[in-house]
Amino acid sequence: MPAVQETIEQVKEIDVDKYKYGFETFIESDRAPKGLDESTVRFISAKKGEPEWMTEWRLQAFERWLTMKEPSWARVKYPKIDYQDLYYYSAPKSMSGPNSLDEVDPEILRTYEKLGIPLREQEILAGVRPAVEAADSDADSDDDSDAPAAEGTRQVAVDAVFDSVSVATTFKKELAKAGVIFMPISEAIREYPDLVRKYLGSVVPITDNFFATLNSAVFSDGSFVYVPKGVRCPMELSTYFRINERNTGQFERTLIIADEGSYVSYLEGCTAPMRDENQLHAAVVELIALDDAEIKYSTVQNWYPGDKEGKGGVYNFVTKRGDCRGKNSKISWTQVETGSAITWKYPSCILRGDNSEGEFYSIAISNGHQQIDSGTKMIHLGKNTKSRIISKGISAGLSNNTYRGLVSAHRKASGARNFTQCDSLLIGGKCGAHTVPYIESKNASAVFEHEATTSKISDDQMFYCLQRGMSEEEAVALIVNGFAREVIQKLPMEFMAETQRLIGISLEGSVG
Amino acid sequence: MLEIDNLHAKVAEDDTEILRGLSLKVGPGEVHAIMGPNGSGKSTLSYILAGKEDYDVTDGSITYKGEDLLEMEPDERAAAGVFLAFQYPIEIPGVGTMTFLKTAMNAQRRARGEPELTTPDFMRQVRELAGALNITPDMLKRPLNVGFSGGEKKRNEILQMALLAPSLCVMDETDSGLDIDALRIVADGVNRMRSPERSIIVITHYQRLLEYIVPDHVHVMSRGRIVKSGGRELALELEENGYAEYVEAA
Repeated sequence: MPAVQETIEQVKEIDVDKYKYGFETFIESDRAPKGLDESTVRFISAKKGEPEWMTEWRLQAFERWLTMKEPSWARVKYPKIDYQDLYYYSAPKSMSGPNSLDEVDPEILRTYEKLGIPLREQEILAGVRPAVEAADSDADSDDDSDAPAAEGTRQVAVDAVFDSVSVATTFKKELAKAGVIFMPISEAIREYPDLVRKYLGSVVPITDNFFATLNSAVFSDGSFVYVPKGVRCPMELSTYFRINERNTGQFERTLIIADEGSYVSYLEGCTAPMRDENQLHAAVVELIALDDAEIKYSTVQNWYPGDKEGKGGVYNFVTKRGDCRGKNSKISWTQVETGSAITWKYPSCILRGDNSEGEFYSIAISNGHQQIDSGTKMIHLGKNTKSRIISKGISAGLSNNTYRGLVSAHRKASGARNFTQCDSLLIGGKCGAHTVPYIESKNASAVFEHEATTSKISDDQMFYCLQRGMSEEEAVALIVNGFAREVIQKLPMEFMAETQRLIGISLEGSVG
Repeated sequence: MLEIDNLHAKVAEDDTEILRGLSLKVGPGEVHAIMGPNGSGKSTLSYILAGKEDYDVTDGSITYKGEDLLEMEPDERAAAGVFLAFQYPIEIPGVGTMTFLKTAMNAQRRARGEPELTTPDFMRQVRELAGALNITPDMLKRPLNVGFSGGEKKRNEILQMALLAPSLCVMDETDSGLDIDALRIVADGVNRMRSPERSIIVITHYQRLLEYIVPDHVHVMSRGRIVKSGGRELALELEENGYAEYVEAA
């Protein structure tokens, strides 16, 4: 790839001071200029104060991206995206470390309140009180003497990403005690360059696909997690993504490494405001589980889906992949997809280590004009690897909902096992449900099972619920919750109630 | 409580007329039995009372507690106290029986402007009522009616009825598919609910059920209308002679 090599050479010649200058001129606007070229990539990298290797990495991705074509195999339709008509970097004003609640834009606080992050955490989030102190005062009010936190209340560390910038990360100190690193990836690039360099792009290489490559070039922030050997992460880690700015693409990058024998559970929540125009979201998530490690990754995706006429909404083109690199490792994806105008997303597992295990539990709800093409890939490479896929697709309105999945066994993957269950539920007569499973086995001892069902909410079920006093919307929400129960039960507590409520909200207006 | 006057109704899909001038008055505290041969329109009547969409009322009126029942949505009727015990209770996979009961209960309370029940209060009520109907805690955890035996489904209907405490109970062939022990449990459940404020309409083929739930009035329905009304003795007479003379009379 001579072009790439050329870029690297060019980048090496870059006068860093010159970029500092560029940085200065740009800072007034808090946004990169519209459009995407090499200078945009350099701008983002400079804005983040990145080391040279990172800038090179990005530029390499950008060069590659220029040669790539947007994929068209998914069952989604949308007008051509003009990549030059977007902003690639946007930061809320005065987000360089607030010292009191007053310094945080009240709009941002309100936003997080609406997202369901409790007030106590919001304060921590805003950096007003350190996490430990906050937990203490909480215990006091609960008549608990010296307990650091009331029994039974589970703590969740939060990293909040507002547009392109990680606003704040909570419980950093407590996590540090356990040796867990949880911080914005932009910080990790500066503070733990060796770890980031070793693992970034090792699961989703910069050449992977159009959107992942774009992300590699222009990602602005995201979360970084490292759980050291033998450590069970003491609390759930959580990131809330929020697109706010107009015409702004959001490109987060999440990297989670679970070292040998460790465990971590990670929650991701996403929202965006209502906008007439479409917003682009192209994230990359990489998970690495080493020997005997386990990662549980849960998402509740509630980006704005567009209005009744199908105007606006988020284009969600996401690459999520986990690598069970070590023996006996386990990666589990659980996703609740209710938002976005378009969802293009296949959280996958590479089952490399012997006896490793991958899971994918999914609820995908589409209503109105939404289009979902989502599923998973389970790539069995190691011996006695196991995977399990439970997908529940719910289509309503004029939407289209496709499950696309691949289960494959490498010729060395003796004893590989997969169980797949794909259930589709249709509400009304104008929506579509599609199931596209691919199964490839190059090892005779592999056993793959696939089950699929398609059903409709019957008029009799609706009438029965109405006769008992429920409104149509309550009845649909109840029936759909029942349909998706197997997956809802896999969600962490924090997401369970939210999901049940969300199912009701996202199906509003789907009947009658 | 309920006044049905000259009710005419047809199946919306194919215009088949099912009810042809049915009139019935049910006072508070009364138990009425409606008997009749297959196809006489008994189940249709129960669906129309509950507000099922599949039928068009072409003439006549239904007044419930002084209001035009036909103007109300099915869930509004439920909140106003109309309950239908289904002949074939519907299965809802994945929805726990307890969850279903609580959702229904609180939906009705909200519609009436009453506060929702707290979970402990609700659980206490359900447990009390379930015990009397021989419904085990395990059954309450299972998805609604899924894999329930015929008897379990019918007992579950009575449990819902007892919990929601309606003022008008319409029971559509609640005795079908029940053995004698289950019949007794169900009938005892219904009898416990008899009160001066509550009216009950029992739809059945057989007089057997009426030995356990003793009606104040018995009506014979044929070809979409009530062709004869009387006291309890009418049911015994039907048992003896069958419906033939009424089918012809209609």
